[in-house]
Amino acid sequence: MQLIPCPWCGPREEAEFHYGGQAHVAYPEDPSALSDEEWAQYVFFRENPSGPFAERWSHSAGCRRWFNAVRDTRTHDLIAVYRAGEPMPEVIS
Amino acid sequence: MNFRKPTGGAIDRNTVLRFTFNGQLLTGHPGDTLASALLANGVHEVGSSVKLGRPRGIVAAGSEDPTSLVQIETPYSEPMLLATTVELFDGLEARGLAGQGRLSPEPDPARYDAKHEHCDVLVVGAGPAGLVAALTAARSGARVVLVDEQNQAGGALLGVDEYLDDRPSAEWVADIVAELKTTPGVLVLERTTAFGMYQDGFVLALQKRTDHLGFAAPASVARQRVWRIRTKQTVLATGAHERPVVFANNDRPGIMLASSARTFLHRYGVLPGSRAVVFTTNDSAYCAAIDLAESGVDIPLIVDARPEAPARLATECAARGIEVRAGHVVTGTEGSSRVTDVHVAPLGDGHPDTVVCDTLLVSGGWNPVVSLFSQARGKLRYDSSLGAFVPGEELASVRVAGSATGELDLNACARQGRDAGAAAVVAAGFTPGGQVPLPVSDSRCTQRTGLVLWRVPGDEDASFVDLQRDATVTDVLRATGAGLRSLEHIKRYTTIGTAHDQGKTSGMIAAGIVAEALGVELADQRPTTFRPPYTSVSFAALAGRDRGELHDPVRVTAIHRWHVAHGALFENVAQWKRPWYYPRDGEDLHAAVLRECRATRESVGMMDGSTLGKIDVQGRDAGKFLDMLYTNMMSTLKVGRIRYGVMCGVDGMVIDDGTVIRVGEERFLVTTTTGNAAKILDWMEEWLQTEWPHLDVHCTSVTEHWATIPLVGPKSRDVLAAVAPSLDVSNEAFEFMTWHDTRVAGVPARVCRISFSGELAYEINVTAWHGLAVWEALMEAGSPYGITPYGTETMHVLRAEKGYPIIGQETDATVTPQDLGMSWAVSKKKPDFIGKRSFSRAENLRTDRKQLVGLLPVDPNVLLPEGSQIVETDRLPEPPVRMLGHVTSSYPSAALGRTFALALVRSGHERVGETLYVPVEDALVPVTVTESVLYDKEGARRDG
Repeated sequence: MQLIPCPWCGPREEAEFHYGGQAHVAYPEDPSALSDEEWAQYVFFRENPSGPFAERWSHSAGCRRWFNAVRDTRTHDLIAVYRAGEPMPEVIS
Repeated sequence: MNFRKPTGGAIDRNTVLRFTFNGQLLTGHPGDTLASALLANGVHEVGSSVKLGRPRGIVAAGSEDPTSLVQIETPYSEPMLLATTVELFDGLEARGLAGQGRLSPEPDPARYDAKHEHCDVLVVGAGPAGLVAALTAARSGARVVLVDEQNQAGGALLGVDEYLDDRPSAEWVADIVAELKTTPGVLVLERTTAFGMYQDGFVLALQKRTDHLGFAAPASVARQRVWRIRTKQTVLATGAHERPVVFANNDRPGIMLASSARTFLHRYGVLPGSRAVVFTTNDSAYCAAIDLAESGVDIPLIVDARPEAPARLATECAARGIEVRAGHVVTGTEGSSRVTDVHVAPLGDGHPDTVVCDTLLVSGGWNPVVSLFSQARGKLRYDSSLGAFVPGEELASVRVAGSATGELDLNACARQGRDAGAAAVVAAGFTPGGQVPLPVSDSRCTQRTGLVLWRVPGDEDASFVDLQRDATVTDVLRATGAGLRSLEHIKRYTTIGTAHDQGKTSGMIAAGIVAEALGVELADQRPTTFRPPYTSVSFAALAGRDRGELHDPVRVTAIHRWHVAHGALFENVAQWKRPWYYPRDGEDLHAAVLRECRATRESVGMMDGSTLGKIDVQGRDAGKFLDMLYTNMMSTLKVGRIRYGVMCGVDGMVIDDGTVIRVGEERFLVTTTTGNAAKILDWMEEWLQTEWPHLDVHCTSVTEHWATIPLVGPKSRDVLAAVAPSLDVSNEAFEFMTWHDTRVAGVPARVCRISFSGELAYEINVTAWHGLAVWEALMEAGSPYGITPYGTETMHVLRAEKGYPIIGQETDATVTPQDLGMSWAVSKKKPDFIGKRSFSRAENLRTDRKQLVGLLPVDPNVLLPEGSQIVETDRLPEPPVRMLGHVTSSYPSAALGRTFALALVRSGHERVGETLYVPVEDALVPVTVTESVLYDKEGARRDG
């Protein structure tokens, strides 16, 4: 069982967390201005890289806060965690 | 015949333990395993093989044994245990298995539990390397956990009679264990197998706490415990397993690994037989031969596959009258329930010679136990001199020491243990303490290089690679012949390595035979991935205390006791127990529900609605926030009023519905469906935290603060008036979709006028504490009207008659509000809300979407099964048959005097009036499509 370092609580077991998919996919400013295709990109399409991936996590059985993490999808190593609203740290891939 | 030596071994000969095996009464002693006790009684044949029914015996002395599967019947029936790991107790009843056991149908009365442990250094294995590693770590002041599978420390030393530093090795072991056990912060766990190694230093270990006590096991002590260990550093001192060589008829009882025979001799004082031939590819089996010869076993011959026998050991053998035949191999055996002869021939070619014996001891070299290292994602490397995979890289927090690295010299193993222990404590932030002196062994067998020999050519159908799976060389060659090259594929094709032993003795040999067959180098082959568990773990142990009532929390309402006392049957809704219906004498579900429905529509009924999710939404921006979450406008709701709302995902599909009441300018109370309460709170938090952190909104679950009682039916107003004398219940003063704070049955209450049945109805909310008293007061006040408590089934029928969907029953994450006929609940004024943009996607504008409609079977007595498919024609065409949709709800209706259903049907709204067909078993049932509202379409009953 992996440890995930919650930026508020410190390292906790992964079972306390809930996964939230790719990070930094903002809700569009004005959805009505988007074409069907642009809107579909927001709703349905996400990256699926082999390597570092910025994604959202919620410490759902702990502080219940959402935060962001950069995880290497090849190893599951969490390279960085940072609080919501903070910029993605520079990550060497 | 008795094969127990008069002296020697860690056996208490003064105490006799009686046990039965296959119905035969036998005896053994404390210190025995079932296997050693059987061998002491001359019993080699334990069971038979799973596919071919061939007799099988005891191959090894420990958990690597592939064959000695037994079922023990007392004190609790348990299948698939290894005789080599069952500690003997008085009264044990066991029988050999034909490859498979039988789970007991009786509930297991024993307790199982789990314990968490955190440490700086975990050492797995209490052999020489592990002991030195643990002591080195302990002397630094680190928190150390030492786990070992055996009932006593010592590892390989338990199976030899060698001296360390000129004294019996047991004394050296005892001194180290004594120091460990008296060092603060050190935990030594015997009978504890680390069976799984996971990320970030997480290790699971199974401790067998009372199995060995048999009938004397105290019921108050958990039989087995799963240790959930989180460690900074791990030292794996997991040792090595001897492997056999494959030859024709290599599976007969009496054929045993040489080192295991030596273990039975020294640890249990048991001789494996009277006359033993030894077949080896390396030096270590000579020690077994010499020890057994000195104990009185006749050793006529050592067959050494190497061209030259080791000179010094050969001389020692000659002095004891043991012939050594170098450059020879065993090509086959004879016997049925026990080996009687072995065939010996020169390696390569030449005539076989037959030697009579009752035991054949085999050694094909040593496989380091790398399972946990591999589970920790350590890469393995093929060592061609050992003929085995060894740890092939250094990991930051996992170190390997001792024969698990491939090192077989005791002094070197201990040195590795000391180095690994010191490195681990430094990595964990400690300074090594007093240095542990390394022991010097008097072992004869120090030379490690042997010949790597996987198999001797011969009858491939009878040359067993995995004895437990009855998988032969033929099976391996069939796999490679079919074009399989990956060891992972061949493992699955042949099932080699998938039995209880996970291929501890067979996996490496299978890999070797594959490499030979394919003409590739093993160094280029990727070994199969080792996965937990290392040894079998019962589901009971994994479940621990999480069984029965403790498996999952059961949530009950404040009124639950009343429902139980009044005979309610319950339905599980998420973790909640909800009254399903309240049968009276002789009533079945349909009869009870028809009565409950009729009473409610004709007079008054009530139900326990406390399980509805309730979320208190507060803050300056609460209205703005709810406007984004709901498809309709909430910010314009006036204090004191209530609005029904629908929530969608960004894809425009309905995820929940419920009422929103405005409690104050900056405060709303939102209700959710029972099963979605947690999900919707999470949904709100997600948007607030990740998209709209600037909004001043706070959400709190208040589901369990309130007891909620819908009071429903034309007489509900009279009942409410009786219990709430201060409340003006008139239609003018208390309008539909408004709420009032008042007192009900003398306690503060919030009464909402909402209806999920189409009838005049009030929802009475009081603090959970008062729930039961208010319920009872309502029952009493309603008795002149025959007030009828009803359950979820009646609620479902009443709402379905009105065409109200249930989220999750009528919907399945592909249904929009428009599909449900609820365009009226979708705001056209709001610039945006979650899901809005998706409504104008081409897919959501299609007119042939599945839409909610009613279905009336032409025969009013036919009840359509929920989930039935709907087709267009009265005869089924050739498949594939086009399905128009499916039945989502179906009930008999008291109010309609007939059956009816709700369904999602392609272009359903356009099909009203059409006849469609529902296949039910072999018939096609004709149904008429209607609007979804089937009862009181005008809504005349709402105001009473």
